[in-house]
Amino acid sequence: MADKNVKDLGTVEQITEGLGSVGYISTQQISTALYIAQNLRKPILIEGPAGVGKTDLAQSTAKYTELPLIRLQCYEGLDEGKALYEWKYGKQLLYTQILKEKLHDILGDADSLSSSLDKLHDFDDLFFSEGFLEPRPLLTALRQKEGAVLLIDEIDKSDEEFEAFLLEILSEYQVTIPELGTVKSDVPPLVLLTSNNTREIGDALKRRCLHLYIGFPEEKRERQIVQARVPGISETLLAQLVSFVQQLREQDLKKLPSISETVDWARVLLLMHADKVEPELVRSTMNVLLKFETDIQSVDNKIVEMTKIANGERMRRSQQQ
Amino acid sequence: MDSTLTNLIKALRVADVPVSIGESIDALKTVAITGYDDRQFLKDSLATVMAKSEEEKATFNRLFDLYFSRTIDPNFIPDEEPGNGEPQSDEERAENLLQMIQSGDGTGLAMAMERAGQEVGVENIQFSTQTGYLARRMLDEMGLRQLEERMIALYRENTEDASTEAAELNEARSELLGQAREFVGRQFEVYGEAATERFLEDYLERSRLTDIGRHDMDRMRRLVSRMAKRLASKHSRRRKLKNRGTLDIRKTMRANAGYDGVPFETKWRQKKRDKAKVVAICDVSQSVANYSRFLLMLLYSLNEVIPEIRSFAFSARLLEISDDLESLDIDDAIKKILKEAGFGSTDYGQALSDLRVNSWDAIDRRTTVIMLGDGRSNYGDPRIDIMRELHDQAKRVIWLCPEYPTLWGTGDSEIPRFAPFCHLMRPCSTVKDLERVIDDILRSYE
Repeated sequence: MADKNVKDLGTVEQITEGLGSVGYISTQQISTALYIAQNLRKPILIEGPAGVGKTDLAQSTAKYTELPLIRLQCYEGLDEGKALYEWKYGKQLLYTQILKEKLHDILGDADSLSSSLDKLHDFDDLFFSEGFLEPRPLLTALRQKEGAVLLIDEIDKSDEEFEAFLLEILSEYQVTIPELGTVKSDVPPLVLLTSNNTREIGDALKRRCLHLYIGFPEEKRERQIVQARVPGISETLLAQLVSFVQQLREQDLKKLPSISETVDWARVLLLMHADKVEPELVRSTMNVLLKFETDIQSVDNKIVEMTKIANGERMRRSQQQ
Repeated sequence: MDSTLTNLIKALRVADVPVSIGESIDALKTVAITGYDDRQFLKDSLATVMAKSEEEKATFNRLFDLYFSRTIDPNFIPDEEPGNGEPQSDEERAENLLQMIQSGDGTGLAMAMERAGQEVGVENIQFSTQTGYLARRMLDEMGLRQLEERMIALYRENTEDASTEAAELNEARSELLGQAREFVGRQFEVYGEAATERFLEDYLERSRLTDIGRHDMDRMRRLVSRMAKRLASKHSRRRKLKNRGTLDIRKTMRANAGYDGVPFETKWRQKKRDKAKVVAICDVSQSVANYSRFLLMLLYSLNEVIPEIRSFAFSARLLEISDDLESLDIDDAIKKILKEAGFGSTDYGQALSDLRVNSWDAIDRRTTVIMLGDGRSNYGDPRIDIMRELHDQAKRVIWLCPEYPTLWGTGDSEIPRFAPFCHLMRPCSTVKDLERVIDDILRSYE
C-alpha cells in the first residue's frame, strides 16, 4: 500500500517539519493523523470550529508533497453530477444536431429498418465516450497518475445521500461509471474531509475515516502561526495580541474568534502601526475579531482589564528574562 | 488479537464509544505501525482511529490514561496469556505468593495480580460494590487461601517463632488485600464507571420528572441536551430533503424556445417545504415548581435545535424568554427566568390574554404551539375563548401535562376544559415521554 504511494510523507517528525516549511504550524496530533492516514491508506475526517486551519492543512499538505490539490466544495444539493462526472450534454446535443444533416448519407444505402438501426448502433458508444465525459473533482483525483491531495470541504453541508455515495470512493478508491466501467486509481489520493459540525456525520462515513479534531490553538502555537503569517510583526505586539485573543476565547460569546481572525487582527494592527495592545485601539478594531454586535457589546466593559493582563503578562515575562 | 488492545476496546465500548469491528482491525494495524513504546504517539494514533467525535476523544483520552496507568509495563501482558503452560497447583501458587511477599518482589506481585484479574474477569465489573468480592476472588486465585491456612496453623502452634511468622504473614495479607482492592478499583474506573453511569441515566429517563432530586440535575441536563441533539440531527437532515430530479417540462420548453425546441437548457422541479415554527409556552408557577426547572431545560435545548422558536414563560403575566435562552448559558437562563416569572400563583387566563394582546403575531398557520403546564388556574377564568382562537389560528396546539390523566379535572385543574381546543393533550412525565412527543411534533413538518 504505502509502497504504491509515489510521494512518501515520511515520519511524524518529517511531516511536522515539512508542513512547517510551507508555513503550516502543525501539532503532534495533526502530524500523527497524516502519518497514520498514509500508512493505513485511509481518509481523514477533520472536525473543529471554523477558521482553525482545516482547509489550510489540506493545502499545505499538497504543497509539502508537491501533489496537485483537488478541491470539492460541498453544499446542499450537491450530487454526483457535480462531484464525479457528467456527460457533456450540450456537446452531445450539438453533435447530434450537426449529424442530423449527415443522417441521410449514413443511412442512404440501408434498405430496411433493422439494417439502419445496426448502422446507428455504431454511434451511441461514440456519444458516451471519453470525449463527451466531463470529469468533476472526484474523478479527476482518482485519475491523477502521481496521486493527489483530495480535499472534500465542508462535508456536513452536503446531503446524506451524497455521503453514502462517497463511501465507495473512500474505501476502495474506485468508482463505477455505467457506460465506461470501473475507474480505479493507480495511486490512491490522500483524502481529507472537513466538517464544521453543522450536522452529525453518518456513522458509516465516520467508520471509514480517521478522525482528527483541531481545536483552538494554545498560546504558543498561535504565536507561531501569527508569526508565520504576518512576518513583520514585533515580538511585543505579537505576544500581547495573542494573549488578548486567548482571553477573549474564555468569554461567553456566540462566535469565538479563531486563528484566521487573530491573523486578520494582527495584520490590521500592523497596518495601524500599533506597537502595543491598548484599550482604545482594541475597541476600534474589535469588529475584526468578533462578528456579532451582541458579542462586541458584551466584552466591551472587559476590554480594559483584558488588555492590562495581556500587557502585564508580557512585562512579567520580560522581567524574568 | 492481543488482549491489551481488546480490553481497551471493551472499556471504550462500555463508555459509549462505539468501536466497530472494522475500527478494531484498523486499531490493530495502527499498533503494528506504532508499537507500544512511544505512549503519546500510540495515544494520538489510536485516537484518530477509534474516537470519532469531540466527546469520544475526551472519553478516549481519559480511558487511555487510566488504562495504561498500571503499575507494570503493559508490554508484559500480551504474551502472558492466562492459563498458558502447565496449570500450577494450589500449593505451588501459594508457595510462589509467599516467596514474592518475602522477597518483596513488587513487579512479580503486580503481574500475578494482572493474571489473576484476567482469570476472574475483573473487566466485567459494573458497580463499585463488587470491588470487595472481586478482590477476594483474585487473591484466592493467587493462592491466598492456602496462605491463610498456613497462617492459622502457625498461630495454633503457639510458639514464639511461629507467632512472629504468622504476624508477618498477616501483615502481608492485609497489604495484599489493599493492593487487590486498589487494582479492582482502577479496573472499575476503566470498565465499570461508564456502565454505572448509563444505568443511572436509564433510570432517570424513566422516572417521573417531579421525583428527580437536585443532585441529579447535572446528569439530567446532560440527558436532555443529548436528547435535543439526537432530535436535531434526525430532523434537520430530513427537512433538507428536497424533491429533486424530475424534469419541469413546461419551464424547459419555454427556456429552449430560442433553440428551436432543442432542449439545451434543462429545468428541474423543486419543492418548497415549510420550516418548523414553534411557540412554546411554559408554566413556571408554584404548582409545577419541581417540574419547571426541567421544562426550561428542555426549552433551552429546543432553542438550539429548532431555528424558529419563540418561548414564553408565565405564572400570571406572560414573559417572552427567547432572548434569555438564546444569550445566557443554561443555568443563568433558568435562574433568571425563574426569578422574573417563577413561583407565583398561576393564572392561565392572564397569560393567554397577554399572548393575545402582545404576541399574537407569533401565531399563524405554520405555527405549532406547545403548552407545558398542569392547567391549574386557581379557579380564575381560564379564558377558554382565547384558547379556541389559538386552536383555530395555529397549525397545531399540543399540551403536555406533568400530571397523570386521573388527576385531570380534580380541584382547580382546567385541563378538561382546555382539552377540546388542543390537537393533542398528553401526560408527559418522563424524559422518554418528552422525546417521543417532540419527535412527533418535528415529524409533522416533513
